[in-house]
Amino acid sequence: MPVPEVLESFAGSVNRITLGSTKDTGGSRTSTITVGGARNVVYAGSAEDAGEKPVIAIDIMDVPPEDWPDILIEPYKDVIKNPADWAKKAVNEFGADLICVKFDGIHPDKANKDAAAAVKVTEDVLKAVGVPLILWGCGNNEKDNQIIPKISEAAKGQNCLLGAAEQDNYKSITAVALADGHNLITEAPLDINIGKQVNILVSDMGFPLEKIVTFQDTGALGYGIEYSYSIQERQRLAALAGDKMMAMPAICDVGYEAWRVKEARLADAPGWGNVEDRGPMWEAATAICLLQAGADIIRMRHPRAVAAVKNFINQIWKRVSA
Amino acid sequence: MALTGLEIFKLLPKTNCKKCGMPTCLAFAMQLAQKRAKLDSCPDVSEEAKNTLAAAAAPPMRKVVFGSGDHQVQIGQETVMFRHEEKFYSPTVLAATISDKLTGPDLQNRIKAINALRFERVGVRIGAGAIAVINDSGQADAFAAAAETAAQSSPFALILVSDSPQAMAAAVAKTAKFVPLIANATNDNAQEMAKIAKENKCPIVAKADSLESLCGLTEKIKSLGIEDIVLNLQTETLRDKLYNLSRMRVLSLKKVFRPLGYPTISFVAGDADQQAAAAVGLACKYSGVVALDTVEQYVFLPIATAVMNIFTDPQKPVQVEPKIYTVGEPDENSPVLFTTNFSLTYYTVESDVEASRVPSYILVVDTEGTSVLTAYSGDKLNEKIVADAMTKCNVQDLVKHRKLIIPGYVAVMSGKLEEATNWEVMVGPRESSMLPKYLKEVWK
Repeated sequence: MPVPEVLESFAGSVNRITLGSTKDTGGSRTSTITVGGARNVVYAGSAEDAGEKPVIAIDIMDVPPEDWPDILIEPYKDVIKNPADWAKKAVNEFGADLICVKFDGIHPDKANKDAAAAVKVTEDVLKAVGVPLILWGCGNNEKDNQIIPKISEAAKGQNCLLGAAEQDNYKSITAVALADGHNLITEAPLDINIGKQVNILVSDMGFPLEKIVTFQDTGALGYGIEYSYSIQERQRLAALAGDKMMAMPAICDVGYEAWRVKEARLADAPGWGNVEDRGPMWEAATAICLLQAGADIIRMRHPRAVAAVKNFINQIWKRVSA
Repeated sequence: MALTGLEIFKLLPKTNCKKCGMPTCLAFAMQLAQKRAKLDSCPDVSEEAKNTLAAAAAPPMRKVVFGSGDHQVQIGQETVMFRHEEKFYSPTVLAATISDKLTGPDLQNRIKAINALRFERVGVRIGAGAIAVINDSGQADAFAAAAETAAQSSPFALILVSDSPQAMAAAVAKTAKFVPLIANATNDNAQEMAKIAKENKCPIVAKADSLESLCGLTEKIKSLGIEDIVLNLQTETLRDKLYNLSRMRVLSLKKVFRPLGYPTISFVAGDADQQAAAAVGLACKYSGVVALDTVEQYVFLPIATAVMNIFTDPQKPVQVEPKIYTVGEPDENSPVLFTTNFSLTYYTVESDVEASRVPSYILVVDTEGTSVLTAYSGDKLNEKIVADAMTKCNVQDLVKHRKLIIPGYVAVMSGKLEEATNWEVMVGPRESSMLPKYLKEVWK
């Protein structure tokens, strides 16, 4: 029996964005990563319409994390005090497509590290690995505005992804990303209208839309993932409908959110299965869920979760550009 | 697809006889289109018109129910592609498989493990909903025996998986009262399988390896008098499976293509992690049943949670019950914090308080499911509401001190709240993630 065609084409598509800069373009990365480019919703149209393969950024912390559970520390225990070795291990052993250096250590309520320390971490990691980097501040506006310009400068010309510009704190980071030739993450607190607003604000400063990646905030599985899921789907639909202010690739922070919740951490939980399996699976399931809604870059932590998600991605997406 | 008033009008007798109570047939048609009138009110309508209208009124994706009593599950009847458009209606049913090669204690152990795939989450039972008995042995007797044991020892709805009509007949003979889902009817055995399904009033799975052949098969099964059909498209890869599930969903919902207007079932394979990953994808993107060949709790817990989350109604903020919650084992010297009853807000706060390892009381104030700032700006959170909640929950009897930690975003209400309660107000952090530090250092 003949089956009707369901061809549906859209006016818009998700921007393609390339992160990292090799020798040819003045950087020192040995590879670049291209994300975005979807011309349809997930699983609709042809496999080519799906755009580039989603990628995984493994988190490394500028100072040893204090609140990570043992099962998450375990794979990194030999490198946890050394961001450069940590980055190397994440790339060489665990297959990170890119590295996200998270500068929690500069937060005044945490290790309160100064600019010199942050710059050294940036330089060390740049030397240690050849993949593109995401450099992400601590979330304290004052401290981020003081230190991110230095980090940005230390990575000048590497075409990094810098995070994050927010509605009430975007000017400083947007200016340095522009000056140092980086890409920019715009962040909104699970509110699609604010998400669009931040994009408008940074583009009003002359920042090119095609160098923006959006971060709509992530809810972990069981803790609000449905909000992230629907915002991500609505963002994709807006991009396809031709809304230039919503046509950016999306990044999700799965590692931090998934490892905060008790289902991933609680060792003594009868009837939930072994925490050594459950923790990584919680992280993997959170990531896979968001992939269904159209995430392009996923920040993750546990190598087993990374492997499960990469395996899924490789079964579904074909690599489009070289 | 629903018909318009004019389309319905064309099917009516056009006599304007007024027997339906309307002045004209056109007016009656308009009422029908808006579902304000019933076709029965027209005494002269033709059989043809009745059939056309009934077909048009049928939902684009059929609802299929299997299992009996408390074990009954429902799939299908979905109306949208994206949950934000309306909502998803029938949460994906998760099934665990059991081979009929297992006997004796092995069989019992597997069933026991499957029975343990149940979890409680915010007062709701989630987890496996079905048990799928697989006819690996190829024997009718073994299949019937395993099916009977599974039906009797498991609280879940039954799925019987065999391509052999003999084995299926034997198993259904033992389990018909449990209303099993019969899987699979194929192009080769459709006639016989349909007969078993019809005689025992069970729904049936149609299995084929292309959409074209699947459509032919469902039409054939329908012509044999069975309408409760579940689709099982066999594909080489997970990619083909997911793309086709999306295509089938569009065809049924958007094109009202009846041969595919049924819910779907998928079986996943691979190691436990791979199965979990595939199952999450399939549950989000349109598989009505997902059957896994594992009984690991760590696999089912996240998948069941994903199903629960994705199938919540996006129009209704998920709320937690307004009352006092305890984290750890707080005593009379423990801190008291308040937050709103928007579930996302509460769970974030709860998880951060837990992370602090400081035993605490969390007072959940009824803000009609809104977050702190939304509630405050909408006057659903003010000093009177907080004071009333404290009185109602007898907070004064829980602790000796008189200090209340409030969300940093509503620091502005401190003064009025102190007046209203006579408690000392301590302004907590704006971001819940700073609570561990706050409880450890500011609260002492």
